[in-house]
Amino acid sequence: MGVALSEITGQELPTAVVGRSPRELAWRRFRGNKTGIFTLVIAAFLILSTTFAPLLKSAFGLDPRARYNDLMNKQGFPTGGFNGISWAHPLGLEPGIGHDLLSRLLFGARTSFFVALVVTVATVGIGLIMGIIMGYFRGAVDSTLGRFIDFLLAFPAFFMIVALSLPMVQRLEATGLVEGNSARMTYLVIILIFFGWPYLARIMRSQVLSIRERDYIMAARALGASQRRIIFKEILPNLWTVVIVYLSLSLPGYLTAEAVFSFLGLGVQPPDATWGLLISDSIKYVISNPTYFFIPSLALILVVLTFNLLGDAVRDALDPRSEVS
Amino acid sequence: MINYLARRIAISMAILLAVSFAVYLIFAILPFDPAALTCGKNCNNPAIIEANRRRLGYDLPIWQQYFVFLKGLFMGRTFGEGAATIFCPAPSFGYSYQEHACVTNSIIEALPVTLSLAIGALVLWLIIGVGLGILAARFRGRAADTGSTIFVLIGTSLPTFLTGLLLLVFVVVKWRILPYPSGNYTPLFENPLAWLNTMILPWITLAFAYAALYTRFVRNAVIETLSEDFIRTARAKGLSEKVVLRKHTLRAALAPLTTMAGLDFAGLLGGAILTEAVFNLPGLGRLSLGAVIDFDLPIIVATTILAATIVIFMNLLVDILYAFIDPRVRVAA
Repeated sequence: MGVALSEITGQELPTAVVGRSPRELAWRRFRGNKTGIFTLVIAAFLILSTTFAPLLKSAFGLDPRARYNDLMNKQGFPTGGFNGISWAHPLGLEPGIGHDLLSRLLFGARTSFFVALVVTVATVGIGLIMGIIMGYFRGAVDSTLGRFIDFLLAFPAFFMIVALSLPMVQRLEATGLVEGNSARMTYLVIILIFFGWPYLARIMRSQVLSIRERDYIMAARALGASQRRIIFKEILPNLWTVVIVYLSLSLPGYLTAEAVFSFLGLGVQPPDATWGLLISDSIKYVISNPTYFFIPSLALILVVLTFNLLGDAVRDALDPRSEVS
Repeated sequence: MINYLARRIAISMAILLAVSFAVYLIFAILPFDPAALTCGKNCNNPAIIEANRRRLGYDLPIWQQYFVFLKGLFMGRTFGEGAATIFCPAPSFGYSYQEHACVTNSIIEALPVTLSLAIGALVLWLIIGVGLGILAARFRGRAADTGSTIFVLIGTSLPTFLTGLLLLVFVVVKWRILPYPSGNYTPLFENPLAWLNTMILPWITLAFAYAALYTRFVRNAVIETLSEDFIRTARAKGLSEKVVLRKHTLRAALAPLTTMAGLDFAGLLGGAILTEAVFNLPGLGRLSLGAVIDFDLPIIVATTILAATIVIFMNLLVDILYAFIDPRVRVAA
């Protein structure tokens, strides 16, 4: 008796147990995931380089509109094989028109990323709000909105997006606010959000339904917490995990969607570029100049792969139970 | 149970009515004159346009047009009078002036193509997805699992149109294993080999993307089920690992697959637009894409409503099936 534990073990005991917040725990788990860190670095690099593309343009002379006709042969192909890859043009040149492919990809990514990011944030945001409204208030609000969501989900969304493209873009241009490529992008953003949020609203609703029955909500209610407090301080913080997971999982999907619609000719038109447009253009040269075909396709696959892996890592870090995946 | 069924069917019918009316309305208020589009791009003959307008019923108010359309679905529809009468028997989706045919005929022509595409792809991706998923779960952390993880990553990262294009480039153009897609369709019973030749690449394209999702799903479901108490009980009873996996685990783990497969299948039946476009298959997807480009309104409306009907119907079917498989659903409803 009377012997301190530290004397027996010969070690200093920690003075106090330091609690770790869920956020710290998640960050620790994420840090331990090599794939997660690796993809995070790549994703950050991609986002930064596309955001600051105009700076890179002036620093390295990456002009997407410049034409290097002196490096093209008479048939309109870059000289030197492999799409004319050189130090000055690391990814070569676009056949026919002679643009620098790296700068086309870089500036094309700006449009693609922007569309994907806006649609992802908006669908998750609207889904979250609707999900909270439906899950928390239930009753008539829930069933009315629920039927409306059933109604929206019954639409063949992909087909509607294609079918409405031409007339809706004309409508948008008629308002005089946007025109040309920005009208096409605006249409794509709006319609993707319109058909995208119902899925997320359903997921959020089921989350809220289970959260609102937990004991701490009952405790808060018993303590006389206002509805506002329960929603914002008790329910919302418990939804952030789901929100972040769906943010990171939706982004690659919408990146692909943008490429698909550009590929079908419904997105941006030349002289601007997006990845889908570059891919659909490069098909013409698949036999005569295969390098040109593989560069934008591989770029798209690698970026989607990166964001998919990042999404998985984020989910694993935030939700330890999901480690089976 | 009967109560549940009746309510589900009633709700489905209501949604179907709402969706079909919404589709009708959306395309009717677009700034296009469907009557003007019937007589070609450079047509300036108002007499023909007005005659076609009356003939096709575009002179009626929108809700009457919709009612006539619904009536046509059940009783067939007659366009015009006298010698130039065209009759489209029930179910009539209208008459396309650009194709000079009843829309129903175009759909009946395109349906077998989409049907063979969807069924073939479904079979392929179920075999691959379920097989690989079970294998990965059974041999967790070993070579089979790593292989399936890589497969899932590639499958979920490769957009369908790129898979299709890559297959076309290599298998057809470079290695010349298969002939170039002709844009025609040979029915299975006419020439099975030619049918297989045209369908195999589209099947692989579609199945690749779905199989990846299904592999991930099956793997996770099996692993999760294997950690349940009733599996421990089964093992404690001394059942062999084979029986535990086959009789106890799979039945529980794969039940949700019914819902998934049903809905994905329904989505494809509405027209796998991209796959059909890449491989030039004359199915519903290509029919509707072509109609969008020409703005052939009757076909657009018909294919959209058809796709919605299939989705709603499959939703209903899957819910009912699920209520039979899983009794808890009935109680919750």
